[in-house]
Amino acid sequence: MTVTAEPRAGSPAAGVAGDARRLVDLVFRVREFGIVAVLALLVLVTASIEPRFLHLTNIQFILVDTTVFALLALGETMVVLTRNVDLSIGSVLGLSAFLSADLFGHHPGIPIPLVFLAGLGIGLACGVAIGFLTVVGQVPSLVVTLAALYVIRGIDVLVVGGGQVVASSLPNAFIEIPKKTLLGIPILAVIVAVVVAAGAYYLRSFRSGRELYAIGSNPDAARLAGIPSGRRVFGAFLVSGAVAGIAGVLYAARYGTIDSTAGSGYELQVIAAVVVGGVAIFGGSGSVVGAAFGALLLQTILSALYVLGVSPFWNQAIAGALLLGAIALDRGISLKLASMLRKRRTHLGA
Amino acid sequence: MPEASRHAQLLPPMTEQQPILSLEHASKAFGAIHALEDVSIHLHGGEVQGLVGENGAGKSTLVKILAGVHLPDRGRLVVDGRETVLSGPSAARASGIAIIYQEPVQFPDLSVAENIFVGRQPLRSGRRVDRGAMNAEAARIFERLGVPLDPARIARGLSIAEQQIVEIAKALSLDAKVIVMDEPTAALSAVEVQRLFRVVETLRADGAAVLFISHRLEEVFGLCQRVTVLRDGRYVMSRETAGLTAEDLVRAMVGRELEEHVPQEQAIGQAVLRVERLTREGVFVDVSFEVRAGEIVALAGLVGAGRSEVACAIFGIDRFDAGSVTVNGNALRRSSPTRAMAAGLAFVPEDRRQQGLVMDMSIARNITLASLGGLRRVGLIRRAAERRFARDWALRLQVKYGRLTQPMTSLSGGNQQKVVLAKWLARRPSVLIVDEPTRGIDVATKAEVHRLLEELAGEGVAVLVVSSELPEVLRLANRILVMREGRLVAEFAHAEASEETIVAAATGQLEVAAA
Repeated sequence: MTVTAEPRAGSPAAGVAGDARRLVDLVFRVREFGIVAVLALLVLVTASIEPRFLHLTNIQFILVDTTVFALLALGETMVVLTRNVDLSIGSVLGLSAFLSADLFGHHPGIPIPLVFLAGLGIGLACGVAIGFLTVVGQVPSLVVTLAALYVIRGIDVLVVGGGQVVASSLPNAFIEIPKKTLLGIPILAVIVAVVVAAGAYYLRSFRSGRELYAIGSNPDAARLAGIPSGRRVFGAFLVSGAVAGIAGVLYAARYGTIDSTAGSGYELQVIAAVVVGGVAIFGGSGSVVGAAFGALLLQTILSALYVLGVSPFWNQAIAGALLLGAIALDRGISLKLASMLRKRRTHLGA
Repeated sequence: MPEASRHAQLLPPMTEQQPILSLEHASKAFGAIHALEDVSIHLHGGEVQGLVGENGAGKSTLVKILAGVHLPDRGRLVVDGRETVLSGPSAARASGIAIIYQEPVQFPDLSVAENIFVGRQPLRSGRRVDRGAMNAEAARIFERLGVPLDPARIARGLSIAEQQIVEIAKALSLDAKVIVMDEPTAALSAVEVQRLFRVVETLRADGAAVLFISHRLEEVFGLCQRVTVLRDGRYVMSRETAGLTAEDLVRAMVGRELEEHVPQEQAIGQAVLRVERLTREGVFVDVSFEVRAGEIVALAGLVGAGRSEVACAIFGIDRFDAGSVTVNGNALRRSSPTRAMAAGLAFVPEDRRQQGLVMDMSIARNITLASLGGLRRVGLIRRAAERRFARDWALRLQVKYGRLTQPMTSLSGGNQQKVVLAKWLARRPSVLIVDEPTRGIDVATKAEVHRLLEELAGEGVAVLVVSSELPEVLRLANRILVMREGRLVAEFAHAEASEETIVAAATGQLEVAAA
C-alpha cells in the first residue's frame, strides 16, 4: 500500500539490517492498518450499542456518501504529495453540481454521460486555471486555491442566485445512479474503489507517479534531477479539478437538491481525510488507498454519531478531535521511525 | 603537512592525451564582483585533480559553471573535443559531468535505488517502473564501489558519507566521465574519508576525470596527481603534486606565508563544565568528563559516534535520559537551552546555515540575536544600541562585510562562522561548545578561528571543541576525548596524542579506559 518503503527482500545488503527493516516497513504499513483497525473498532462498538448500524441500507448509505469524499481525497492526495494543497475542491464541486444538474432543466432528455462530461469539463477548467497560476505564476498553491475557493463559490452564487435545483426536476435514471447495487454493494462504491486502486497503482509504478513523491520530498532536488516539476504539479491540479467536477455530478445525483452552498467546507473535510489516511501534509509520502480509507472513516464516524443519537452539533468537534489524534499519531510514528532509522544506519566508517 | 602522508602514484601518460574537459579563459561576474576571471582548467581521464583556494577564491563558481547552474560570461568549455554550452543541470548531466556536493540534495522519502534512478527508472512492459531491475542495478553499483548499502531502504536517515556514496552511484549509473567533488570530505570522519578515497581510486582507474575540491591539503597530496590553485577568482597555477610541498600550496593560495603555529600553554583553572554519566538511550551511554577554565578539550571520533549529540544534550537541545550536567557547580535542567545560556553556556552548532544563523536576517541582527535582553529599554530594542553592539563585535572578530544590514547570505562561509561566534561571545560565556568550528572554511580564516579559540581559553573560558579534523584537534586541544559508538573510549593529553592513536581509539582498534 505504502509507496515509500519497498519491502523487497533479496538485496545483498539485507542481512543484519533485515529484521529492523521489516519492523520499520511494518510500521509504515500500520499507517493504513491502523485506520482499518480504528474503523473496525468503531463499527463493533457502534453496532453493539445500536445493531441497526449494521443494516444493509445504512452501510450502503455510508459507502455512497464515502464515494464523493474518496474521489475528492484521491485528487487532493495527488496535490498534497507534491507539497501543495488544493482548497478549491469544495467550490468546484458546488459549481459542477449545480451547472450539470441545471443541464437537465435546460435540455430535457440530455444523455446522462454528457452531463458527467460537462462536470468533468468544469472541473478541468478550474484545474487548468489553478495549475496555471501556481506553476506559471509561481504563486503558492495555498494562496491560489484559497482565492479560487472564494472566486468559484462567488461564480456559483451568481449563477444559482437564490434558486436551487430540486430532485423533481432531475430525470429518474440520474437519481437512481447512487441506488444501483451489485451484490448489495453500491455500484458507485465499486467504481470508486477501482479508480482508487488504479490511482494507487499509477503512483506506485509509473515514473510520473514516482516523480510526484520526489517533488514533495525535496522540490529543489527534483528540479536539479531534471524532473519536469511544473508539468507534474500542473497535472496534479488537473486531476484534482477533474475529480472534483465528477464528484459534483455524483453529489447532484445523490442529494437531488442543489443550492449555492453545495460542497461548502468539503475541502477541509477532505484534507482531514487525507491526513488521517496517512498522507504527509508536507508531501513526499502516503497513498491514495490510505486517503480513501480516511474518507471512509470520517463518513463512518458521522454515521455512527447519527445512529447513536449524538447531537449533530458534536459532529465537527469530533471530526476535529479525530484529525488531531491522527496527526499526533502520525508525528509519533515518524519520530519513532526516525530514531529507528538512526539506529539502522550502517556506518560506513564503523 | 607531513611529507609521509603522500602517496607515490603512477601517473598515466597525459602529456599528449587530450583532456576530457577543458574550461578555457572563463570569467563570471555577479554585479560588480568578479567571482572568476580568466580561469582555465583541464581535466584528464584517469587523473584526480585537486582544486584548492581560500573561500571566495572562485571554486564554488567554477563548480556551478561545470554543473550548468551558471553560464560563464566569457570563455569556452570543451567536452570530449566538442565546444559545449551547458544551458542547465540536465545539459551538464547529458555531457557526462556529475557533481557530488558536500551535502547532497536527496529525496528522503524515496528509496536509495530511486534516489539513484529518479526520472529514469528502468521500465518493464506498459512503461511501468521495474523495481527489481532498479534495485539489482543499484546493488551492482554499490558492490563495484565496495560499499554495503541496501538499495531498497528509504534515504531518510542516511549519513552524509552514505549520501555521497549514493550520489557517486548516481554518477556511475549516468556513465559520467567527469566527476566533480565539492568538498566531499568536510563532513566525513577519517575512516569515511579513507573509504571515499578508495572509491575515487576506483573511478580514476576506470578512466574518469575527477576534480577534487578540499580545504585539507594532506588529502590533496594523498589523492591527487595534479593540483590547481585559485586565488581571488584568478588562476594561480596548475602543477603535478609530486614536486610540491604543502608550504608551496599554502603560499600559492594565500599569496603569503602563514606563520607556524606554536601551541601555547594556558593557565588552567577550576572545572567549569562537569558532565557526569550522561546517557541518552540508543545515542550515547555513560559519558563523563569535565572542562576546566582556560582549557580546550576536543571531542574526537567518527561521524555518528555521538559527539554532536552529547554537545546538543549538554546545551539542552536534546534531552538526556540519565546523568547530570553542572556549570560552575549549578546543575542544569534537562532540555532547556534558555537555562543553559543563563548558566553561562554558549553553543556554536555544526550546521551554521540551518542551526547557527538566520540566513535571511541581517548580519547585525544575527550578531545581537542572543544578547537582545541587554539591548532593551522598556521592552523595546534600541536600534542604535543594536547597531553599535553589532559593529563592535563584528570588528572584534574581524568579520569582512559590506554593510551590517545585508543578509547573512552575502558573507562567505568563514565570515558566517565568525558571526555565529560573535553572537555567542557577545554573551561572555564561561563555557563555549563549538561543533565543527572550521567546516568548509578556508585556511586563513581557519587559522583566525583557531587563534580566537585559543585567546578565549587564555581569558579563562572553558572550550569544548567537537571536530572531525584530526589536525585541528591535535593543534587546538589540551586534552582529547575520543568517542566511539556512543561511548567515551579514550582520553589523551596533548603531548601523548597523535593521529594514529586517535584513529585507533575511534575505530576500536585500541581499547583505553576512559578517565
